[in-house]
Amino acid sequence: MSDRTIEVGVFVALMAVVVLAGFGAARWRAPDNPHTLEEWGVGGRAFGNWTIWFLLGGSMYSAYTFIAVPALTYGVGAIGYFAVPFAVITTPFTFIFTTKAWSVARRHGFLTHSEFATARFGSPGLGALVAVTGILATIPYVAVQLVSLQAVLRTVGFGGEWPLLAAVTVVSICTFRSGLRAPALLSIVKDVLLAWMLLTAVLMVAMYGGWDSAFDGAATRFAATPNPADGLLLPDTGHLGFLTLVIGSVLAIFAYPHALLGMLAAKDRATIRRNAAALPIYCIALAIMAMLGFFALSRGVRPADGDLNTVVPQMIHEFFPPWSAGIAYAALSVAALIPASVMSIAAATTFTRSLYRPYLRPNATQATEAKVSRWVSLIVKFGAAALILAVDPAFSVDLQLIGGVVILQTIPTVLLGLITRWFHRAALISGLIAGLAVGVVMLYLTPRLDGAGRTVAEHFGGSSWSLGDGRSIYVGIVALVVNLVVTVVVTLVLRVAKVPSGADQTRPDDYLADADDPYMQRLDQLIDGLPRADENPGRPREGVR
Amino acid sequence: MPTRSRSRHWQWLLIVPTAAPLLTPYANRIEPRMAGVPFFFWYQIACALLAMVVITFVHLVTREDDHE
Repeated sequence: MSDRTIEVGVFVALMAVVVLAGFGAARWRAPDNPHTLEEWGVGGRAFGNWTIWFLLGGSMYSAYTFIAVPALTYGVGAIGYFAVPFAVITTPFTFIFTTKAWSVARRHGFLTHSEFATARFGSPGLGALVAVTGILATIPYVAVQLVSLQAVLRTVGFGGEWPLLAAVTVVSICTFRSGLRAPALLSIVKDVLLAWMLLTAVLMVAMYGGWDSAFDGAATRFAATPNPADGLLLPDTGHLGFLTLVIGSVLAIFAYPHALLGMLAAKDRATIRRNAAALPIYCIALAIMAMLGFFALSRGVRPADGDLNTVVPQMIHEFFPPWSAGIAYAALSVAALIPASVMSIAAATTFTRSLYRPYLRPNATQATEAKVSRWVSLIVKFGAAALILAVDPAFSVDLQLIGGVVILQTIPTVLLGLITRWFHRAALISGLIAGLAVGVVMLYLTPRLDGAGRTVAEHFGGSSWSLGDGRSIYVGIVALVVNLVVTVVVTLVLRVAKVPSGADQTRPDDYLADADDPYMQRLDQLIDGLPRADENPGRPREGVR
Repeated sequence: MPTRSRSRHWQWLLIVPTAAPLLTPYANRIEPRMAGVPFFFWYQIACALLAMVVITFVHLVTREDDHE
């Protein structure tokens, strides 16, 4: 048997196991009433420590991360390592902010940021805007997962369109049937496969002369390129761009619907806090993956057709024993399908809760909500696949870049909103729109440069805005600053003008509620997305002055 | 409740794992290497371990806040 046959055989066998597990997931701790959005979307909010840890690892540390980050370090060196400090900083943030979000969501039955925005600032319009932003940012994120999957499939030898479509169809059916239970169960499978892949990779580096020779070889190759910005260390002018990219990415992850959805499936606050403490383990795995980019560079791995996304699959093919390569390919493929599934569930839930129910069908039953979400999740996944197959895969990478800048603009509402409701709803809407406009215009005006600094494309050439003296800054942060300034100024103006701000449907103690809370799910208040008459007129409204 | 508010102050410790990974202008060096890995790269891995220790500590000392 040739090496390739063994690789493909192991890969196909493992993928078959994964598909069976995905179908069986609906029966995993099956609830009494599976046809509600609570069950389908967040697994009945009953997942414990281990399940949540795997699910988060599965949805946040995606194939795109594991393929694109080493591709970046391979291509530009130290700058590509931004993903690691980004991942580390998300863990203390999770400890503080996600516990607050979990409590308020638990008490009110929220599944999405947009429902929180509606309730916190008394504005269904703001909620709808946050929902639309979230969905628009999520679809290209699903698409880049599928681009990563395609890179793996192409390396294995399944080129063309049908293998991707087959994979999307299978995962769509699993998601349709099992909801969040399917990716949660598959995340466990994925992490076992991924642990094996990392172990093989570390042994591989040791056998080929250790990290010393990997980094030294990479340094030699970087020195030979005309690009002054690449190398093992950041150039002196690179710090601002690097740090703003780290900070922007950290904030963005707390605005993406899928990252929240995974956390809402936790059964209590302690589960989230323990998970925050254990998540850095994934950061270490990510760091090892990122450093593999240098190994690939030092050993002269060449990407197929110049597509840097194939660097990691190519390296696996050239340096792993064939059966281990099969395992690694399966790990990467599952790592693409899990986030695609979670993201499509999150986008579908956002649509149902913040657009469908408030605006299209105010009296939707729980069963209708679950049904609509199931179908929308299908549309999201096939929409993402169409984006790749019918348009251009490179286009989806550009859209993902834009998506990151776009989602960041909801931060004043969804992250700062957890701490304060000082902002006026109209100010938040103005700030969001201003931030979106500035961000998209700046991205549009950014040319794509090749290694030697020549312009190869006029527009959407990256998210680094050049400041002219060699330094650059992440566009998302600039747009967010504009957004915050507009929000603060408009809030002050409206407060002076005494324009009434919306009623806050949440109370301070909502942000501390735990699983054994007696006031859980005051959902009826928000059934049509509009705050009803205050049930408790005597209570002080925080923030209304 | 004095015990609760005092234990809550420990949450400020979380600034340490938030700020440490951002010190890249100072960590931007090759030496000292660890197992052949340049400082810039293993520094972030050390930050990940630091984050685990600090978050675990804060979780344990503020645990009574979980059930209010």
